[in-house]
Amino acid sequence: MTVANLQVSGLSKRYGDFVALAPTDLDVAQGEFLTLLGPSGSGKTTLLSLIAGLSQPDAGAIRINGTDVTYGAPYERDIGMVFQNYALFPHMTVAENIAFPLQMRRTDAQAARKMVMNALEMVHLPHVAERYPRELSGGQQQRIALARCMVYRPSIILMDEPLGALDKKLRDHMQLEIKRIHRELGTTIVYVTHDQEEAMTMSDRICLMNAGEIAQLGTPDDLYFRPSSVFVADFLGESNLLDATVLERAGDQVRVAMPGVEGAQGASAMVYDPMVEPGRAVKLLLRPQNLHIHDGAVGGDGAHRDGVATISAKLTDIMVTGGMTKLYLQSSVMGGAVGEGGGVGKSLVASFPTHRRADDAVAIAG
Amino acid sequence: MAAPIVILLAVMLIYPVGQLLLLSIRGESGFTLAEYQRLFASSVYVEVLLITLKVSLYTTFFAVLTGYPIAYRLSTLSGARKQRLLFWLLLSFWTSFLVRTFAWVVLLGRNGVINRTLLDLGLIDAPLSLLYSFPAVLLGMVHALMPLAVLTMLSVMENIDRRLPSAASTLGARPGTLSLPGVAAGALMVFVTSIGFFITPTLLGGRHDTMITQLIIDQVMQALNWGFAGAISVLLLAVVLVVFFVYDRLVGLSTMAGGAGDVKTGKRRGGWSRALGETVLSALGRATDLLLRAMPRHKGEQGDGRVLRAIVVLLVVFLAAPALLMIPMSFDSASGLAWPPKGFSLQWYQQIWDSPLWMQAVTRSMLVGIGAGLLSMLIGTPAAFLLVRGGMRGKSAMLAFVLAPIVVPRMILAVGVFYFFAKIGLVGSSVGLTLAHTVVAVPYVVITMMAVLRNYDTRLDLAAYSLGARPWATLRRVTFPILGAGLLSSFLFAFATSFDELTIALFTSGGLSTTLPKQFWDEITMQISPVIAAVSTCLFLFIAALIWVAERLRRRSLAT
Repeated sequence: MTVANLQVSGLSKRYGDFVALAPTDLDVAQGEFLTLLGPSGSGKTTLLSLIAGLSQPDAGAIRINGTDVTYGAPYERDIGMVFQNYALFPHMTVAENIAFPLQMRRTDAQAARKMVMNALEMVHLPHVAERYPRELSGGQQQRIALARCMVYRPSIILMDEPLGALDKKLRDHMQLEIKRIHRELGTTIVYVTHDQEEAMTMSDRICLMNAGEIAQLGTPDDLYFRPSSVFVADFLGESNLLDATVLERAGDQVRVAMPGVEGAQGASAMVYDPMVEPGRAVKLLLRPQNLHIHDGAVGGDGAHRDGVATISAKLTDIMVTGGMTKLYLQSSVMGGAVGEGGGVGKSLVASFPTHRRADDAVAIAG
Repeated sequence: MAAPIVILLAVMLIYPVGQLLLLSIRGESGFTLAEYQRLFASSVYVEVLLITLKVSLYTTFFAVLTGYPIAYRLSTLSGARKQRLLFWLLLSFWTSFLVRTFAWVVLLGRNGVINRTLLDLGLIDAPLSLLYSFPAVLLGMVHALMPLAVLTMLSVMENIDRRLPSAASTLGARPGTLSLPGVAAGALMVFVTSIGFFITPTLLGGRHDTMITQLIIDQVMQALNWGFAGAISVLLLAVVLVVFFVYDRLVGLSTMAGGAGDVKTGKRRGGWSRALGETVLSALGRATDLLLRAMPRHKGEQGDGRVLRAIVVLLVVFLAAPALLMIPMSFDSASGLAWPPKGFSLQWYQQIWDSPLWMQAVTRSMLVGIGAGLLSMLIGTPAAFLLVRGGMRGKSAMLAFVLAPIVVPRMILAVGVFYFFAKIGLVGSSVGLTLAHTVVAVPYVVITMMAVLRNYDTRLDLAAYSLGARPWATLRRVTFPILGAGLLSSFLFAFATSFDELTIALFTSGGLSTTLPKQFWDEITMQISPVIAAVSTCLFLFIAALIWVAERLRRRSLAT
């Protein structure tokens, strides 16, 4: 493990009675892409602005490259920041915008000009140097904001929902761009978003936050497949969460019993939490793509084959979202709070790739 | 950051006005109400007060009535057409009351434009006596104050969310009802301003149209009776405060705040007064509703009939024509202000150029204007920063304090400052005048800068910090360049306010230390000469250029 580039320890912030950030520890390694993910009000933006020095913490410390910068001014930290609204200076041309941080660092004009052009080439926009920000599209402005941030090679780049104002297609494209630039520069990036898909595709690690605290910190895989809490399981991707009771545990395998689910020996499941032991009530996480749907009256005729449990349910809705098809089902399993829905079973969602045999290839005129 | 403005207003507004009010109750042997007894003993003064109220009420009614179509049209227009209409309106607003009133003297005089035209057409045999009458005063006052009515109405109407009218109409509201707070605010501003007016009644009115501020001038300039002048001032101030109080009870002063701040009234007053206010407002609503319905609608354009457009054009012509009339008259080659002008000559301009009095006045006005402009920027901008960005309590109280120089009748301020200056020997000095003008100009700077600052995206500052800029570098390289246009335009407004200021200059400047408006006033109260037409033309063109520049700057500063 490389030296931590950014160390946050015991950092907290409150506004009156509202705890914006509970005491938080976080280490980010050199060159890592870390995403702060969470619903709005979860403390991710608070944490970012504390790291940037745009607000002051109540307690705790921030170290950048080993130097304590907790109460230092933003300009004394070796950071760069990309804002959601780009925050390009409207009275300067693109080239002047990018040269600004260099001038603040008293880079000589000759060298600065070269660095500006390099930065523009890096974001594939060398031809807009003399234009004003208002003459550029949103995506272009965001790339200029990136260039302005990269040009002085800060050891950490902070990004506050940088793609929030762009449409879906442009966002996907910019995600790739940012990843490419990250690869080429090897800078540490701390990225804030509330879009879980964006977090999954871009991050080395995700720091999922909820109510001012870190809910789980780990790789996208960790969070998706090994969520540490119901909140994490529910926040990342679609999920079906069912009530179950542990029957027995063997290593990272358990057998669980679920009311309303057929199968005398119970269903088998993976477990990563050491706290899970026989007799304990747990939640069972089923990702939609892992549910297999069988048609017809299942009844009693061998519905459960080799530890595969079956839930009978009624199909209520089908949604084709392009590549994926989702099935919404009303199951017989009782879930959720007592009295919820008045005896109606828990609703489930299953998904699978949209596939129609006849439509493998389609010819379109024009 | 608020210290400079607090000190300025304390020394130049509160102290002098307080002194003046004290003078009214201080006799040779301490406290006395003799001046007040004198004020109410003679029917003359009570009558003047009644005339003042009558003129003000009529002026308010007609200014709002004629201003409403323009404000309504302005609020529905957008883009270049709106800018054009707004330019004409601002031109009238900023053209000196002196220039515009003088134009009416020329128009209405015995040998004036109207009489000559009617005689030439053979419609009348002898000239009508139009000047020096109540209708002439009313005409002049309405003409003078209509732009103020429109701008006040517009600022409140525009503050209403643009989508609100359509939302309201889907809910069954009639057009016009939403603009009522604007109408009320416009009426308040016009009424309060007319109470303190003296230029128009002096120049256009007869002996029976004397207004209360003229009495104050007489007492100070001729009778040298400070105590009595103070007593009249108290009366004037009391009337203005009562009007504000009644307005607040009936409508709520918060409607005035408009863009000027997120002033919350906090207290929700119920009771009969508010109910009465609402009744009056809804009655007015029905009246405007009927008025609007009477206007035939042109299909295709929403709520914007041909008749309305024609009315607006006529009103704008009414506003602009008198001052524009000065231009041909100023090039007259004959020896008087004859109509129609004959020939072409620059003799009157030559006279101004050769007159040391006029040239001194121009220089003095420029110097004082630039000084007051710069000083009010230096004092007003930090205050605006504090009011917009500062997280302090009592913001609305602070804002009210800063706006006080607009609320206190100018005449009271002028007399108070004169008394103060006389004691410390600042009468006739440019420094004193600059300071006094700064008091009057600073509220405009604060309001303009607050609007500009609200529009400024503070994340740009944060971005600059994160890019390594220190606070001073951020201010110099980012904040000020972006705010620059706004700063300059508010400087221009402050300059124009001082450049046009007569009331204070009336007392504290004179002779060779005179300002342009003072010289203008001295000249027209003495004689009606074509030189005045030439000066008017110069002033008119100068103001037009100023507005053009200021408006362009303002729009640029708000566009970024």
